[in-house]
Amino acid sequence: MKHSFIDEYSDLDSFIHRLDPRTKLIASLAFIVAVVLTPANNWRVFAFYFCIVAVLLILSKLPPLYVLRRSLVIFPFVFLIAVFIPFFKEGEIAGSYNIWLWQISVTYSGLFILANVMVKSWLCILGLILLSSTTRLADLLKGLRQLGVPKVMILILSFMYRYIFVLADEVMRMQRARDSRNFGGSRLHQIRTVGNMAGTLFIRSYERGERIYAAMLARGFDGQVRTLHKLSFRQTDAYFGAVFCLMLIFPCVIWW
Amino acid sequence: MDKVIEIKNLSFTYPDGRQGLKNVDLNVYPGENVAVIGPNGAGKSTLLLHFNGILRGNSTVKICRLPVEEKNLKEIRKKVGLVFQDPEDQLFSLNVFDDVAFGPINMGYAESEVRQRVARALEWVGVDGYEQRSPHHLSVGEKKRIAIATVLSLDPEVLVIDEPTSNLDPRSKWSLIELLKQLPMVKIIATHDLELVRALCGRTVVMDEGKIVADGNTEDILDDITLLKAHGLAH
Repeated sequence: MKHSFIDEYSDLDSFIHRLDPRTKLIASLAFIVAVVLTPANNWRVFAFYFCIVAVLLILSKLPPLYVLRRSLVIFPFVFLIAVFIPFFKEGEIAGSYNIWLWQISVTYSGLFILANVMVKSWLCILGLILLSSTTRLADLLKGLRQLGVPKVMILILSFMYRYIFVLADEVMRMQRARDSRNFGGSRLHQIRTVGNMAGTLFIRSYERGERIYAAMLARGFDGQVRTLHKLSFRQTDAYFGAVFCLMLIFPCVIWW
Repeated sequence: MDKVIEIKNLSFTYPDGRQGLKNVDLNVYPGENVAVIGPNGAGKSTLLLHFNGILRGNSTVKICRLPVEEKNLKEIRKKVGLVFQDPEDQLFSLNVFDDVAFGPINMGYAESEVRQRVARALEWVGVDGYEQRSPHHLSVGEKKRIAIATVLSLDPEVLVIDEPTSNLDPRSKWSLIELLKQLPMVKIIATHDLELVRALCGRTVVMDEGKIVADGNTEDILDDITLLKAHGLAH
Protein backbone atom coordinates (compact mmCIF):
# COMPACT_ATOMS: atom_id res chain seq x y z
CA MET A 1 0.00 0.00 0.00
CA LYS A 2 1.09 3.56 -0.69
CA HIS A 3 2.06 5.79 2.18
CA SER A 4 3.56 9.22 2.20
CA PHE A 5 7.14 9.12 3.23
CA ILE A 6 8.83 11.89 5.12
CA ASP A 7 11.87 11.55 2.87
CA GLU A 8 9.78 11.42 -0.27
CA TYR A 9 12.05 13.51 -2.52
CA SER A 10 15.35 12.43 -1.00
CA ASP A 11 16.26 10.55 -4.19
CA LEU A 12 16.55 13.75 -6.24
CA ASP A 13 20.01 14.96 -7.02
CA SER A 14 21.06 18.49 -6.17
CA PHE A 15 23.77 20.45 -4.45
CA ILE A 16 21.77 20.27 -1.20
CA HIS A 17 21.12 16.53 -1.53
CA ARG A 18 24.82 15.85 -1.90
CA LEU A 19 25.83 17.66 1.30
CA ASP A 20 26.87 15.52 4.25
CA PRO A 21 23.87 14.77 6.51
CA ARG A 22 25.77 16.15 9.48
CA THR A 23 26.26 19.50 7.76
CA LYS A 24 22.55 19.67 7.07
CA LEU A 25 21.61 18.59 10.60
CA ILE A 26 23.77 21.23 12.24
CA ALA A 27 22.73 23.91 9.76
CA SER A 28 19.04 23.14 10.38
CA LEU A 29 19.53 23.28 14.12
CA ALA A 30 21.41 26.59 13.84
CA PHE A 31 18.68 27.97 11.62
CA ILE A 32 15.93 27.04 14.09
CA VAL A 33 17.85 28.53 17.00
CA ALA A 34 18.45 31.73 15.03
CA VAL A 35 14.78 32.03 14.06
CA VAL A 36 13.53 31.37 17.58
CA LEU A 37 15.96 33.83 19.18
CA THR A 38 15.14 36.69 16.80
CA PRO A 39 13.14 39.36 18.67
CA ALA A 40 9.52 39.56 17.61
CA ASN A 41 9.53 43.02 16.03
CA ASN A 42 12.38 42.40 13.59
CA TRP A 43 10.31 41.70 10.52
CA ARG A 44 13.19 42.42 8.19
CA VAL A 45 15.21 39.63 9.80
CA PHE A 46 12.37 37.17 9.30
CA ALA A 47 12.06 38.23 5.69
CA PHE A 48 15.78 37.72 5.27
CA TYR A 49 15.64 34.25 6.85
CA PHE A 50 12.74 33.40 4.60
CA CYS A 51 14.85 34.37 1.62
CA ILE A 52 17.63 32.04 2.78
CA VAL A 53 15.24 29.08 3.05
CA ALA A 54 13.58 29.97 -0.23
CA VAL A 55 16.91 30.07 -2.06
CA LEU A 56 17.94 26.73 -0.57
CA LEU A 57 14.58 25.21 -1.45
CA ILE A 58 15.00 26.37 -5.03
CA LEU A 59 18.53 24.99 -5.12
CA SER A 60 17.25 21.65 -3.79
CA LYS A 61 14.85 21.26 -6.76
CA LEU A 62 11.96 20.24 -4.48
CA PRO A 63 8.54 20.89 -6.04
CA PRO A 64 7.40 24.22 -4.47
CA LEU A 65 3.77 23.12 -4.16
CA TYR A 66 4.78 20.01 -2.27
CA VAL A 67 6.83 22.06 0.18
CA LEU A 68 3.99 24.54 0.66
CA ARG A 69 1.41 21.83 1.28
CA ARG A 70 3.67 20.04 3.71
CA SER A 71 4.47 23.21 5.61
CA LEU A 72 0.78 23.97 6.18
CA VAL A 73 0.50 20.87 8.34
CA ILE A 74 2.11 22.74 11.23
CA PHE A 75 -0.55 25.49 11.44
CA PRO A 76 -3.37 23.63 13.18
CA PHE A 77 -1.00 22.61 15.97
CA VAL A 78 0.50 26.04 16.46
CA PHE A 79 -2.88 27.69 16.13
CA LEU A 80 -4.40 25.50 18.85
CA ILE A 81 -1.63 26.41 21.23
CA ALA A 82 -1.36 30.10 20.41
CA VAL A 83 -4.95 31.06 19.59
CA PHE A 84 -5.70 32.31 23.11
CA ILE A 85 -2.79 34.70 23.31
CA PRO A 86 -4.66 37.67 21.71
CA PHE A 87 -7.40 37.34 24.34
CA PHE A 88 -5.18 37.30 27.37
CA LYS A 89 -2.36 39.61 26.45
CA GLU A 90 -2.84 43.07 27.92
CA GLY A 91 -2.41 46.20 25.85
CA GLU A 92 -4.21 48.39 23.37
CA ILE A 93 -7.61 46.93 22.56
CA ALA A 94 -8.12 46.00 18.92
CA GLY A 95 -11.69 44.84 19.27
CA SER A 96 -14.11 44.08 22.05
CA TYR A 97 -17.05 41.72 21.89
CA ASN A 98 -19.91 40.96 24.21
CA ILE A 99 -20.88 37.34 24.15
CA TRP A 100 -23.77 36.75 26.55
CA LEU A 101 -22.25 37.44 29.97
CA TRP A 102 -18.63 37.71 29.00
CA GLN A 103 -16.81 40.60 27.57
CA ILE A 104 -13.97 39.48 25.37
CA SER A 105 -11.34 41.81 24.04
CA VAL A 106 -8.52 41.26 21.63
CA THR A 107 -5.35 43.29 21.95
CA TYR A 108 -2.95 44.44 19.24
CA SER A 109 0.09 43.13 21.05
CA GLY A 110 -1.62 39.75 21.45
CA LEU A 111 -2.35 39.55 17.75
CA PHE A 112 1.20 40.59 17.07
CA ILE A 113 2.57 37.73 19.17
CA LEU A 114 0.20 35.26 17.51
CA ALA A 115 1.37 36.30 14.07
CA ASN A 116 4.94 36.12 15.26
CA VAL A 117 4.55 32.57 16.61
CA MET A 118 3.01 31.54 13.32
CA VAL A 119 5.81 33.03 11.25
CA LYS A 120 8.53 31.53 13.42
CA SER A 121 7.03 28.06 13.35
CA TRP A 122 6.47 28.27 9.63
CA LEU A 123 10.11 29.21 9.02
CA CYS A 124 11.25 26.36 11.27
CA ILE A 125 9.06 23.81 9.53
CA LEU A 126 10.36 24.98 6.16
CA GLY A 127 13.88 24.36 7.40
CA LEU A 128 12.92 20.88 8.60
CA ILE A 129 11.18 20.02 5.35
CA LEU A 130 14.31 21.07 3.52
CA LEU A 131 16.35 18.77 5.75
CA SER A 132 14.06 15.74 5.65
CA SER A 133 13.28 15.95 1.94
CA THR A 134 16.88 16.19 0.84
CA THR A 135 18.35 13.49 3.09
CA ARG A 136 17.47 9.81 3.11
CA LEU A 137 16.33 8.77 6.54
CA ALA A 138 19.02 6.08 6.68
CA ASP A 139 21.67 8.76 6.04
CA LEU A 140 20.08 11.15 8.50
CA LEU A 141 20.25 8.47 11.20
CA LYS A 142 23.85 7.73 10.28
CA GLY A 143 24.59 11.43 10.62
CA LEU A 144 22.89 11.58 14.01
CA ARG A 145 24.88 8.54 15.09
CA GLN A 146 28.16 10.16 14.13
CA LEU A 147 27.12 13.32 15.93
CA GLY A 148 26.96 11.24 19.09
CA VAL A 149 23.32 10.19 19.47
CA PRO A 150 23.31 6.81 21.31
CA LYS A 151 23.13 3.69 19.14
CA VAL A 152 20.02 2.41 20.88
CA MET A 153 18.12 5.57 19.97
CA ILE A 154 19.20 5.24 16.35
CA LEU A 155 18.12 1.60 16.31
CA ILE A 156 14.72 2.46 17.76
CA LEU A 157 14.18 5.27 15.25
CA SER A 158 15.24 3.06 12.40
CA PHE A 159 12.92 0.21 13.41
CA MET A 160 10.12 2.68 13.95
CA TYR A 161 10.48 4.07 10.48
CA ARG A 162 10.85 0.62 8.93
CA TYR A 163 7.79 -0.88 10.60
CA ILE A 164 5.36 1.99 11.01
CA PHE A 165 4.07 1.37 7.48
CA VAL A 166 3.87 -2.38 8.03
CA LEU A 167 1.75 -1.67 11.11
CA ALA A 168 -0.36 0.86 9.24
CA ASP A 169 -1.06 -1.81 6.61
CA GLU A 170 -2.00 -4.24 9.33
CA VAL A 171 -4.44 -1.76 10.86
CA MET A 172 -5.93 -1.11 7.44
CA ARG A 173 -6.46 -4.83 6.86
CA MET A 174 -8.05 -5.23 10.30
CA GLN A 175 -10.41 -2.34 9.59
CA ARG A 176 -11.42 -3.90 6.31
CA ALA A 177 -12.08 -7.23 7.95
CA ARG A 178 -14.15 -5.46 10.58
CA ASP A 179 -16.12 -3.39 8.08
CA SER A 180 -16.86 -6.39 5.89
CA ARG A 181 -18.45 -8.08 8.88
CA ASN A 182 -20.78 -5.12 9.36
CA PHE A 183 -19.30 -3.24 12.23
CA GLY A 184 -22.24 -1.62 13.91
CA GLY A 185 -24.35 -2.06 17.00
CA SER A 186 -24.31 0.03 20.12
CA ARG A 187 -21.71 2.63 20.88
CA LEU A 188 -20.33 0.54 23.75
CA HIS A 189 -19.95 -2.41 21.41
CA GLN A 190 -18.08 -0.29 18.90
CA ILE A 191 -15.68 0.99 21.50
CA ARG A 192 -15.06 -2.54 22.68
CA THR A 193 -14.24 -3.66 19.14
CA VAL A 194 -11.75 -0.85 18.69
CA GLY A 195 -10.19 -1.80 22.01
CA ASN A 196 -9.85 -5.39 20.88
CA MET A 197 -8.22 -4.26 17.67
CA ALA A 198 -5.69 -2.20 19.58
CA GLY A 199 -4.93 -5.18 21.79
CA THR A 200 -4.54 -7.52 18.83
CA LEU A 201 -2.28 -5.03 17.13
CA PHE A 202 -0.13 -4.82 20.23
CA ILE A 203 0.21 -8.61 20.48
CA ARG A 204 0.98 -8.93 16.78
CA SER A 205 3.63 -6.25 16.99
CA TYR A 206 5.14 -7.96 19.99
CA GLU A 207 5.29 -11.27 18.14
CA ARG A 208 6.72 -9.57 15.08
CA GLY A 209 9.37 -8.07 17.30
CA GLU A 210 10.33 -11.54 18.48
CA ARG A 211 10.53 -12.85 14.92
CA ILE A 212 12.67 -9.89 13.85
CA TYR A 213 14.96 -10.50 16.78
CA ALA A 214 15.27 -14.17 15.75
CA ALA A 215 16.09 -13.06 12.20
CA MET A 216 18.76 -10.75 13.60
CA LEU A 217 20.21 -13.51 15.77
CA ALA A 218 20.28 -15.84 12.78
CA ARG A 219 22.62 -13.41 11.07
CA GLY A 220 25.03 -13.17 13.92
CA PHE A 221 23.56 -10.28 15.95
CA ASP A 222 25.06 -10.31 19.44
CA GLY A 223 23.71 -7.08 20.89
CA GLN A 224 26.42 -4.93 19.31
CA VAL A 225 25.20 -2.53 16.68
CA ARG A 226 27.81 -2.26 13.97
CA THR A 227 27.74 -0.05 10.90
CA LEU A 228 30.04 0.76 8.05
CA HIS A 229 31.29 4.31 8.41
CA LYS A 230 31.18 6.00 5.11
CA LEU A 231 30.12 9.59 5.77
CA SER A 232 32.80 12.08 5.00
CA PHE A 233 32.92 15.85 5.03
CA ARG A 234 33.97 17.39 1.77
CA GLN A 235 35.12 20.84 0.87
CA THR A 236 31.63 21.86 -0.25
CA ASP A 237 30.39 21.01 3.26
CA ALA A 238 32.88 23.39 4.79
CA TYR A 239 32.01 26.16 2.31
CA PHE A 240 28.31 25.66 2.76
CA GLY A 241 28.60 25.61 6.55
CA ALA A 242 30.66 28.80 6.61
CA VAL A 243 28.45 30.71 4.19
CA PHE A 244 25.28 29.54 5.92
CA CYS A 245 26.48 30.65 9.36
CA LEU A 246 27.54 34.03 7.99
CA MET A 247 24.10 34.45 6.46
CA LEU A 248 22.45 33.64 9.79
CA ILE A 249 24.54 36.20 11.63
CA PHE A 250 24.38 38.83 8.90
CA PRO A 251 20.98 40.39 9.81
CA CYS A 252 21.97 40.70 13.47
CA VAL A 253 24.98 42.72 12.49
CA ILE A 254 23.32 45.18 10.16
CA TRP A 255 19.90 45.66 11.78
CA TRP A 256 20.75 45.82 15.43
CA MET B 1 30.57 -39.33 4.58
CA ASP B 2 30.66 -36.25 6.77
CA LYS B 3 27.23 -35.23 7.88
CA VAL B 4 26.29 -31.60 7.37
CA ILE B 5 23.54 -31.82 9.95
CA GLU B 6 23.28 -34.48 12.60
CA ILE B 7 20.30 -34.55 14.94
CA LYS B 8 19.80 -37.41 17.36
CA ASN B 9 16.69 -37.93 19.44
CA LEU B 10 15.79 -34.26 19.69
CA SER B 11 12.76 -33.14 21.67
CA PHE B 12 11.67 -29.63 22.37
CA THR B 13 8.93 -28.23 24.58
CA TYR B 14 7.78 -24.63 24.31
CA PRO B 15 7.69 -22.55 27.50
CA ASP B 16 3.88 -22.82 27.50
CA GLY B 17 4.10 -26.62 27.68
CA ARG B 18 3.29 -27.33 24.05
CA GLN B 19 5.53 -30.05 22.70
CA GLY B 20 7.15 -28.81 19.50
CA LEU B 21 9.37 -31.76 18.64
CA LYS B 22 9.39 -35.40 19.75
CA ASN B 23 12.41 -37.66 19.32
CA VAL B 24 13.51 -36.29 16.00
CA ASP B 25 16.40 -38.00 14.20
CA LEU B 26 17.74 -36.40 11.06
CA ASN B 27 21.01 -36.61 9.16
CA VAL B 28 21.70 -34.45 6.16
CA TYR B 29 24.65 -35.15 3.86
CA PRO B 30 26.57 -32.82 1.51
CA GLY B 31 24.91 -32.12 -1.81
CA GLU B 32 21.41 -32.95 -0.61
CA ASN B 33 18.29 -30.84 -1.05
CA VAL B 34 15.83 -31.82 1.64
CA ALA B 35 12.17 -30.84 1.76
CA VAL B 36 10.42 -30.83 5.12
CA ILE B 37 6.69 -31.14 4.59
CA GLY B 38 3.78 -31.58 6.93
CA PRO B 39 0.48 -29.99 7.97
CA ASN B 40 0.26 -26.69 9.85
CA GLY B 41 1.65 -26.97 13.33
CA ALA B 42 3.62 -30.13 12.55
CA GLY B 43 6.81 -28.63 13.96
CA LYS B 44 8.56 -27.77 10.70
CA SER B 45 9.47 -24.21 11.68
CA THR B 46 10.40 -25.34 15.18
CA LEU B 47 12.82 -27.85 13.67
CA LEU B 48 14.35 -25.21 11.40
CA LEU B 49 15.00 -22.93 14.36
CA HIS B 50 17.17 -25.67 15.86
CA PHE B 51 19.53 -25.69 12.91
CA ASN B 52 21.26 -22.51 14.02
CA GLY B 53 20.60 -22.52 17.71
CA ILE B 54 17.79 -19.97 17.94
CA LEU B 55 15.96 -22.74 19.80
CA ARG B 56 17.81 -25.44 21.66
CA GLY B 57 16.18 -28.69 22.70
CA ASN B 58 17.29 -31.46 25.01
CA SER B 59 19.89 -33.13 22.83
CA THR B 60 22.76 -31.99 20.74
CA VAL B 61 22.40 -30.87 17.21
CA LYS B 62 25.65 -30.97 15.26
CA ILE B 63 26.28 -28.73 12.29
CA CYS B 64 29.33 -29.75 10.27
CA ARG B 65 30.47 -31.69 13.35
CA LEU B 66 30.19 -28.58 15.55
CA PRO B 67 27.75 -29.07 18.43
CA VAL B 68 25.24 -26.23 18.73
CA GLU B 69 26.49 -24.56 21.90
CA GLU B 70 26.90 -21.00 23.07
CA LYS B 71 30.57 -20.85 22.10
CA ASN B 72 30.00 -22.19 18.58
CA LEU B 73 26.96 -20.07 17.78
CA LYS B 74 28.79 -17.48 15.72
CA GLU B 75 30.56 -20.10 13.62
CA ILE B 76 27.30 -22.04 13.16
CA ARG B 77 25.32 -18.99 12.13
CA LYS B 78 27.95 -18.33 9.51
CA LYS B 79 27.51 -21.87 8.17
CA VAL B 80 23.72 -22.05 8.35
CA GLY B 81 21.74 -19.34 6.58
CA LEU B 82 18.20 -19.27 7.92
CA VAL B 83 15.55 -17.42 5.90
CA PHE B 84 12.30 -16.71 7.71
CA GLN B 85 8.89 -17.04 6.14
CA ASP B 86 7.81 -13.41 6.26
CA PRO B 87 10.33 -11.18 4.46
CA GLU B 88 9.00 -8.24 6.50
CA ASP B 89 10.69 -9.89 9.48
CA GLN B 90 13.85 -10.76 7.61
CA LEU B 91 14.30 -7.28 6.12
CA PHE B 92 14.44 -4.92 9.08
CA SER B 93 16.78 -2.22 7.80
CA LEU B 94 15.93 1.01 6.03
CA ASN B 95 17.55 -0.04 2.76
CA VAL B 96 18.50 -3.22 0.97
CA PHE B 97 22.23 -2.66 1.32
CA ASP B 98 22.11 -2.42 5.12
CA ASP B 99 20.04 -5.59 5.31
CA VAL B 100 22.29 -7.69 3.12
CA ALA B 101 25.36 -6.25 4.84
CA PHE B 102 23.99 -6.93 8.34
CA GLY B 103 25.31 -10.51 8.56
CA PRO B 104 28.79 -9.82 7.14
CA ILE B 105 29.20 -6.74 9.37
CA ASN B 106 28.27 -8.79 12.43
CA MET B 107 30.82 -11.39 11.43
CA GLY B 108 33.42 -8.65 11.52
CA TYR B 109 34.51 -8.59 7.89
CA ALA B 110 36.38 -5.53 6.62
CA GLU B 111 34.44 -2.89 4.72
CA SER B 112 35.70 -3.83 1.24
CA GLU B 113 34.91 -7.49 1.90
CA VAL B 114 31.41 -6.56 3.10
CA ARG B 115 30.73 -4.53 -0.04
CA GLN B 116 31.99 -7.33 -2.24
CA ARG B 117 29.78 -9.88 -0.47
CA VAL B 118 26.70 -7.67 -0.73
CA ALA B 119 27.25 -7.06 -4.42
CA ARG B 120 27.75 -10.77 -5.06
CA ALA B 121 24.70 -11.83 -3.05
CA LEU B 122 22.45 -9.32 -4.81
CA GLU B 123 23.76 -10.40 -8.19
CA TRP B 124 23.16 -14.03 -7.25
CA VAL B 125 19.48 -13.44 -6.60
CA GLY B 126 19.17 -11.18 -9.63
CA VAL B 127 18.43 -7.83 -7.98
CA ASP B 128 21.75 -6.02 -8.40
CA GLY B 129 21.36 -2.27 -8.32
CA TYR B 130 18.73 -2.37 -5.56
CA GLU B 131 21.16 -1.34 -2.81
CA GLN B 132 19.52 1.95 -1.87
CA ARG B 133 15.88 0.86 -2.22
CA SER B 134 13.75 0.72 0.87
CA PRO B 135 12.10 -2.66 1.58
CA HIS B 136 8.70 -1.02 1.61
CA HIS B 137 8.97 -0.24 -2.09
CA LEU B 138 9.64 -3.82 -3.20
CA SER B 139 7.29 -6.46 -4.56
CA VAL B 140 6.76 -9.67 -2.58
CA GLY B 141 8.90 -11.60 -5.07
CA GLU B 142 11.74 -9.11 -4.74
CA LYS B 143 11.47 -9.17 -0.96
CA LYS B 144 11.73 -12.98 -0.97
CA ARG B 145 14.83 -12.82 -3.17
CA ILE B 146 16.48 -10.18 -1.04
CA ALA B 147 15.62 -12.13 2.09
CA ILE B 148 17.62 -15.00 0.59
CA ALA B 149 20.42 -12.59 -0.35
CA THR B 150 20.68 -11.49 3.29
CA VAL B 151 21.99 -14.93 4.20
CA LEU B 152 23.84 -15.67 0.94
CA SER B 153 26.12 -12.76 1.82
CA LEU B 154 27.47 -14.98 4.61
CA ASP B 155 28.40 -17.75 2.16
CA PRO B 156 26.55 -20.41 4.14
CA GLU B 157 27.13 -24.12 3.66
CA VAL B 158 23.50 -24.84 4.42
CA LEU B 159 20.56 -22.75 3.27
CA VAL B 160 17.48 -23.25 5.45
CA ILE B 161 14.31 -21.65 4.08
CA ASP B 162 10.85 -21.53 5.63
CA GLU B 163 8.07 -21.42 3.01
CA PRO B 164 10.00 -19.78 0.19
CA THR B 165 7.04 -19.74 -2.21
CA SER B 166 4.21 -18.63 0.08
CA ASN B 167 2.31 -15.56 -1.22
CA LEU B 168 4.02 -15.73 -4.61
CA ASP B 169 2.21 -15.79 -7.94
CA PRO B 170 3.12 -18.75 -10.20
CA ARG B 171 5.56 -16.77 -12.31
CA SER B 172 7.52 -15.39 -9.36
CA LYS B 173 7.34 -18.81 -7.76
CA TRP B 174 8.91 -20.61 -10.68
CA SER B 175 11.58 -17.98 -11.14
CA LEU B 176 12.41 -18.34 -7.44
CA ILE B 177 12.62 -22.13 -7.85
CA GLU B 178 15.01 -21.63 -10.80
CA LEU B 179 17.08 -19.33 -8.61
CA LEU B 180 17.22 -21.89 -5.78
CA LYS B 181 18.30 -24.58 -8.27
CA GLN B 182 21.32 -22.46 -9.21
CA LEU B 183 22.55 -22.22 -5.63
CA PRO B 184 25.18 -24.86 -4.91
CA MET B 185 24.86 -25.29 -1.13
CA VAL B 186 22.83 -27.86 0.82
CA LYS B 187 19.22 -26.70 1.04
CA ILE B 188 16.60 -27.56 3.62
CA ILE B 189 13.17 -26.23 2.73
CA ALA B 190 10.05 -26.32 4.87
CA THR B 191 6.98 -25.97 2.70
CA HIS B 192 3.43 -26.95 1.78
CA ASP B 193 4.16 -26.48 -1.88
CA LEU B 194 4.53 -29.99 -3.33
CA GLU B 195 5.34 -28.62 -6.80
CA LEU B 196 8.35 -26.93 -5.30
CA VAL B 197 9.34 -30.15 -3.54
CA ARG B 198 9.16 -32.16 -6.75
CA ALA B 199 11.10 -29.58 -8.73
CA LEU B 200 13.87 -28.98 -6.27
CA CYS B 201 14.38 -31.64 -3.62
CA GLY B 202 15.65 -35.17 -4.02
CA ARG B 203 14.77 -36.13 -0.49
CA THR B 204 11.62 -35.46 1.50
CA VAL B 205 10.95 -35.62 5.22
CA VAL B 206 7.33 -35.74 6.37
CA MET B 207 6.54 -34.36 9.82
CA ASP B 208 3.37 -34.52 11.84
CA GLU B 209 2.73 -33.63 15.48
CA GLY B 210 6.39 -32.95 16.13
CA LYS B 211 7.61 -36.30 14.83
CA ILE B 212 9.25 -37.38 11.63
CA VAL B 213 6.81 -39.88 10.14
CA ALA B 214 8.53 -40.56 6.83
CA ASP B 215 11.91 -39.85 5.29
CA GLY B 216 13.01 -40.88 1.85
CA ASN B 217 13.16 -40.32 -1.86
CA THR B 218 10.84 -37.47 -2.96
CA GLU B 219 9.25 -39.45 -5.79
CA ASP B 220 8.40 -42.35 -3.50
CA ILE B 221 6.90 -40.15 -0.82
CA LEU B 222 4.90 -37.87 -3.09
CA ASP B 223 3.48 -40.90 -4.91
CA ASP B 224 2.37 -42.53 -1.66
CA ILE B 225 -1.12 -41.03 -1.56
CA THR B 226 -2.14 -42.92 1.58
CA LEU B 227 0.79 -41.43 3.47
CA LEU B 228 0.02 -37.92 2.22
CA LYS B 229 -3.66 -38.28 3.06
CA ALA B 230 -2.89 -39.55 6.55
CA HIS B 231 -0.92 -36.41 7.29
CA GLY B 232 -3.12 -33.81 5.70
CA LEU B 233 -0.96 -33.25 2.64
CA ALA B 234 -3.49 -34.48 0.08
CA HIS B 235 -7.24 -34.78 0.09
